[in-house]
Amino acid sequence: MVESVTRRSTDRQDQKFPMATPVKVYGPPMSTAVSRVLACLLEKDVQFQLIPVNMFKGEHKSPDFLKIQPFGQVPAFQDESTSLFESRSICRYLCEKYAEKGNTGLYGTNPLAKASIDQWLEAEGQSFNPPSSVLVFQLAFAPRMKIKQDQAVINENEQKLAKVLEVYEKRLGESRFLAGDEFSLADLSHLPNTHYLVNASDRGELFTFKKNVGRWWGEISSRDSWKKVVEMQKQTT
Amino acid sequence: MAIKVHGYAMSTCTARVLLCLSEKGLEYEVVPVDVANGAHKQQPYLSLNPFGQIPAFEDGDVKIFESRAISKYLARKYKDTGIDLLGSSSLTVSTIVDTWMEVESHQFNSPMQAIIRQMIVNPIFGIATDEKIIETELEKLGKVLDVYEERLSKCKYLGGDFYSLADLHHIPYLVYFMRTPKSSVITSRPHVSAWWNDISSRPATVKVAETMKV
Repeated sequence: MVESVTRRSTDRQDQKFPMATPVKVYGPPMSTAVSRVLACLLEKDVQFQLIPVNMFKGEHKSPDFLKIQPFGQVPAFQDESTSLFESRSICRYLCEKYAEKGNTGLYGTNPLAKASIDQWLEAEGQSFNPPSSVLVFQLAFAPRMKIKQDQAVINENEQKLAKVLEVYEKRLGESRFLAGDEFSLADLSHLPNTHYLVNASDRGELFTFKKNVGRWWGEISSRDSWKKVVEMQKQTT
Repeated sequence: MAIKVHGYAMSTCTARVLLCLSEKGLEYEVVPVDVANGAHKQQPYLSLNPFGQIPAFEDGDVKIFESRAISKYLARKYKDTGIDLLGSSSLTVSTIVDTWMEVESHQFNSPMQAIIRQMIVNPIFGIATDEKIIETELEKLGKVLDVYEERLSKCKYLGGDFYSLADLHHIPYLVYFMRTPKSSVITSRPHVSAWWNDISSRPATVKVAETMKV
């Protein structure tokens, strides 16, 4: 009897003074790099606090922000006393630190799986990201920001991206996901840019008209974690 | 030999892998790729690197492409051979190394690659040098190096107080860049300059840099 009374009062105390969430992400969810980290946190089922950064007012270039992200970009990230930046590095950290939580295979469960994921993460970072980022800016953001689009730049990067996606088409005909049979960080890393190109531009067919890439995009974009990120993006627009 | 690197010494991305192998004291074989005749864009090379880029890598049955993924694989698999290039002592330490590897990959690489293309690669193929591009990219690079100067005023290496892949990944482009008239961008920043003097005089760096002849 005494035990259960004690337990109940402890529970009430916990509700009144909840543990401060140690994981903080700084930046707007509409930012592709921020959304990469959000997707990973949701896959790993890690509680976090999203702290807004008003980029239109230049908050990301303020002295206080530069202390946690010296390049003045989003996202910045903190986990207790650990302060990090670079979205792909934050994702890998989350997978290592919270290995037992949520999707435990997100960064592979053995060294060869990790190597394959790293390989396709590099392909994303070096081959996919540059042309797709330019297109996201030109096609999805420039119009909203009333910046004139550069057709030559759009054409050049569309051609580059198309060549990269030819390689993906072949790969995804041999393998369900980029690094192997399981969804991984390598696929996750592609979600932010692809989402904008498929849903906020007229070049979505670069992806959807390809049989294997289209199938892959359908699978990875319908994961609960990504749907939640898209919802977060809509709420802050 | 179990470890094979498909590429050639002049290629910066090949050099990145060779630097890692040399630092670890591992035996390897360089398998030349006949790039002049487009071998890298055809089979059988494409089965090693589907993007048709240099290098590709084999370690027994393991095949990997992307130089930064290859070096990470080597540093992990052969963690106890030679020096620890990943800062494996703790997750926080290794994550900071990883962060500065990403900085190299996404902040440093792009302007540096554009500058080297204009100043060193284009002349080889008789393509005109575009001074405007060099100027624009040098400005971008300067801003990045300002952050490096601040970082390296607090610790000896980018990942902390020990040499790691975070530093090593920068070496290939810097080897070429320091041979150009624009090298003052590095030497004018005291901490970046001291860092370059340190990492460029490592025996593994000297050995690989010697083979990087245009």
